[in-house]
Amino acid sequence: MTRQEAKIRVKSVSKAFKKQGQMLTVLDEVDLDVAPEEFVAIVGPSGCGKSTLLNCIAGFETPTSGGIEIDGEPLSGPSPKRVFVFQETGIFPWLSVNENIGFGLRHKSPGERAEIVERTIKLVGLEGFERALPSELSGGMKQRVEFARALAVDSEVLYLDEPFGALDAFTRLEMRREVWRISRATKKTCLLVTHDVEEAVELADRIAVMTRRPARIRKILDNPLPRPRDPDLAEFRALKDEIFEILGVERRV
Amino acid sequence: MVNKIRRLFRPVLGVALFILIWHLLTLGNKRTDIPGPWLTLQGLFELFRQGILVKNIVASVFRVAWGFLLATLIGIPLGVGLGRFPELNQLFNPPVQLLRPISPIAWLPIATLLFGPVRWFEPSDVAAIFLIFLSSFFTITTATASAIATVDQKFLRSASNFGVKGVALVTDVLLPASLPQILTGLRLALGISWVVVVAAEMLGVQSGLGYQVNDARNNLRYDLVVAAMVLIGLIGLVLDTMMRALEERALRRRGILRR
Ligand SMILES: Nc1ncnc2c1ncn2[C@@H]1O[C@H](COP(=O)(O)OP(=O)(O)OP(=O)(O)O)[C@@H](O)[C@H]1O
Ligand SMILES: [Mg+2]
Repeated sequence: MTRQEAKIRVKSVSKAFKKQGQMLTVLDEVDLDVAPEEFVAIVGPSGCGKSTLLNCIAGFETPTSGGIEIDGEPLSGPSPKRVFVFQETGIFPWLSVNENIGFGLRHKSPGERAEIVERTIKLVGLEGFERALPSELSGGMKQRVEFARALAVDSEVLYLDEPFGALDAFTRLEMRREVWRISRATKKTCLLVTHDVEEAVELADRIAVMTRRPARIRKILDNPLPRPRDPDLAEFRALKDEIFEILGVERRV
Repeated sequence: MVNKIRRLFRPVLGVALFILIWHLLTLGNKRTDIPGPWLTLQGLFELFRQGILVKNIVASVFRVAWGFLLATLIGIPLGVGLGRFPELNQLFNPPVQLLRPISPIAWLPIATLLFGPVRWFEPSDVAAIFLIFLSSFFTITTATASAIATVDQKFLRSASNFGVKGVALVTDVLLPASLPQILTGLRLALGISWVVVVAAEMLGVQSGLGYQVNDARNNLRYDLVVAAMVLIGLIGLVLDTMMRALEERALRRRGILRR
């Protein structure tokens, strides 16, 4: 990938936290390029630093060393152009579904805002719950509101930190397809962190496998499988097994 | 309906038992002793008939309202500042915590020195309002600061992700996120204020429920003393219930249910 081509470029990013007076190195010289409109998944052992990496890329955390570039420019901080979908939903419990989805649209006129909110609500299938409060929704519906809030601002990039983690198996499958459909329809670059290897293989164009802490990217696998992808297919399983093997080696270290 | 009766049964029984024990303990007492419930009730009617009672209630409520309002208007913004900026907190928190345990009553001499001659409207005076202000201010500031400082990081990150900062961050994210805790602080502060206003009014003003208690004692009318006490309790209960209702509403909105 040439320099101009990368939407997101992570250049030997390291991150250490101070913990009880000691430095804990979480990320160790991580390199990763993501092309425009590409869907990249990051998998790795629990606690290895996946969320930390995504937080650095989103601008919520500052790397200890190394750099992050967006469209060839150094990252200057969080932006509505690149929206983060949180591991457990980050929607505001004091706002209704409507108000949550419109949260990022405050600079728009009320008419325009209402129109976008209505359209997004249809997109994620929350019709009839416009005025409901998050406390009146199921876990899956809350996650939909979180997605809707991210989609409403029409960003270029979505950062997804285990967005399906809190969902039951059935809703998870359903939401996975939705996210894929919507992200393709709106031509978004997506960076997904997950511990679910099957999820990564189903969704991603490329899969980055991280090592245990201090985490580096161990291998980046291409995923050429045609879509829609069937988890029962032999090629699907083969890719899954390959990832498990890389992860498994790491576990035995 | 049946449920409602069942829920009310025990509280009503509790009050009835309390009145019964009170009655038994004060059996045969006269107005100049500690009065029983019946004498107290008669005393209440007498106070109402005299017409000064309403004036005294208004005076106390007025002082609390002003002191509490001022404390809220200054305490919440200050608390937001302290909760938001650790440097500010390191600077101001020590004096706040040092002043907080001082009973507002201990401030009375200074309050009188500062504001004694200053009069504001008829039934009030600024010194008493100042004491009420002090009794709410530190609680409100501390509660707000700790609520703001512990706002979920996810909410802060969401806000910065959508470009919300400055005043909008405070009004649209920080304050709503802290609202339940701030309301708890306000409720506690109002409770303290109501306790303090009565004490303050026993020391050097000519109106209010505290003054009423003192005045009745000077006339050796203990039935009127206890009648005023009952009234103080009832009004305090009403204030607390109102604040609690606000708090419950905020919690319910967030899907947090008590009990
Ligand atoms: N703010 C912080 N301060 C100190 N240590 C931190 C901080 N954030 C993360 N860590 C540490 O960094 C390590 C990686 O955390 P991170 O959340 O990135 O892991 P993860 O790969 O996302 O894990 P999971 O799969 O469980 O979500 C952990 O050991 C954690 O304790
Ligand atoms: Mg994580």
